[in-house]
Amino acid sequence: MPLIKFIEHDGTAHDIQANNGDSIMITAINNLVPGIDADCGGECSCATCHVIVDSAWTEKARTLGENENAMLDLNPDREVNSRLSCQIEVSDDLDGIIINLPEFQY
Amino acid sequence: MAAMVIVGGGQAAGQNVASLRQAGYEGEIVLIGDESHPPYQRPPLSKQYLSGEHGVERLHLRPPTFYQDKNIDLKLGVTVTDIDTQSHQVKCSSGENIEYEKLLIATGSRPRILNAPGSELPGIFYLRTIDDVDRIREAMSSARSVCIVGGGYIGLEVASVAITSGLNVTVLEMEDRILQRVTTPEMSNFYHELHSAHGVNILTNTAVQGFSGDGKVEQVLCGEQRIEADLVIIGIGIIPNVELADAAGIYCENGIVVDDHCQTSEADIFAAGDCSNHPNPILQRRLRLESVPNAMEQARVTAANMLGDDTTYSSIPWFWSDQYDLKLQMVGFSSDGDAQIVRGEKSANQFAVFYLKDGAVVAVDAVNSPREFMVCKQLYGQTVDQVQLQDPNVDLKTLLHA
Repeated sequence: MPLIKFIEHDGTAHDIQANNGDSIMITAINNLVPGIDADCGGECSCATCHVIVDSAWTEKARTLGENENAMLDLNPDREVNSRLSCQIEVSDDLDGIIINLPEFQY
Repeated sequence: MAAMVIVGGGQAAGQNVASLRQAGYEGEIVLIGDESHPPYQRPPLSKQYLSGEHGVERLHLRPPTFYQDKNIDLKLGVTVTDIDTQSHQVKCSSGENIEYEKLLIATGSRPRILNAPGSELPGIFYLRTIDDVDRIREAMSSARSVCIVGGGYIGLEVASVAITSGLNVTVLEMEDRILQRVTTPEMSNFYHELHSAHGVNILTNTAVQGFSGDGKVEQVLCGEQRIEADLVIIGIGIIPNVELADAAGIYCENGIVVDDHCQTSEADIFAAGDCSNHPNPILQRRLRLESVPNAMEQARVTAANMLGDDTTYSSIPWFWSDQYDLKLQMVGFSSDGDAQIVRGEKSANQFAVFYLKDGAVVAVDAVNSPREFMVCKQLYGQTVDQVQLQDPNVDLKTLLHA
């Protein structure tokens, strides 16, 4: 079970043992990690599961999808490594990944 | 000791109990739902769950073990029959009485029933729950033709799934256009043409007068016309479940009336989701929304306020619908606009219609246009450069910083 390190905007850290095949979003939701709303349930329809992947993990978190990119594009808090966490699937490759949470979801 | 009690087992209820625990509440939480399933997402029911793309686990808001782990008492398959506001107790169909410290009514809504001769025949379905869709899927597996009564989003999403899986599909709409209640003639026309191009037979101005069949539905009767159908799915709107609240003396009028804190007319009783009639400070009027984002946000606001916080509900309504490979995302209400601006190409199935009132953006219908959807959330209520807005070569970001 890969370890996902979520870091809230205020610095509070949550170390979560995740299940392979779940999304990062589902991992946060099932473990009550604050900072992710995920209103649409993982359909890439709402952009309320925005996270910023630690730069060391960008490549392993796979590529940004076209629709995902468009959903993030107008987000005022977007950073270079911004992703929608519903679009990142947990796997052993991501063991130890650091996920930073924004202050707000739009 | 009295508990946080949640009546209902839908998305508002499921989010509320999670938010209570997330906020650090350690007392007793009891969720009473009349379905046998733990809280789940309804939007995929008419989309990926109907098509078989998603299994039932994917629908669950959180896995069943979550509630055990977080010490949340799920009473499933149990109906609350009475709320006693004096003694702060709810009575359950199981015979149990549960005392509440704070109570959330998240009873949701139910499909409006079509009463017509033959409407009790087997093979006629409504679509609201997992169990409904399980029955529909079984019926669809041996069917050749399906008749959908009601050209709203549910009906059209079902039409999309049914025709894609090879069935003959007829949609009956009693108004002069589909989606009449929720969108503009232009958008209705776009979706009418889309479905026609996929082979769906849409009949407008067509009211159902009855159903006939030998032991099960075989025909839908509409005046002179008879539509052959192996199964019928009815989606003609929903009715908020207010009866429990109303009987308890809680003020109801087109939903359970709440204030901007999701508080009802009774002390310590809140309401959230489809059943709530709530003030929207941004739109400056009362709304009753059939919407997941609204259910989720009200559930969060309510959880905070149940724990003594002072949180106001204030969000711009938004919605989505998936049909074929088109993702429609909507912000606000197009009927609030007095002018519209189209950005993109309808013929390319990628466009957005912005609606303006007195020059300010009040709504968007965005088809395969997530940027336009996202920009509308942020531009809501602001005036924009209309020439730039309709020019797809202008980066929307420049409008945000204007």
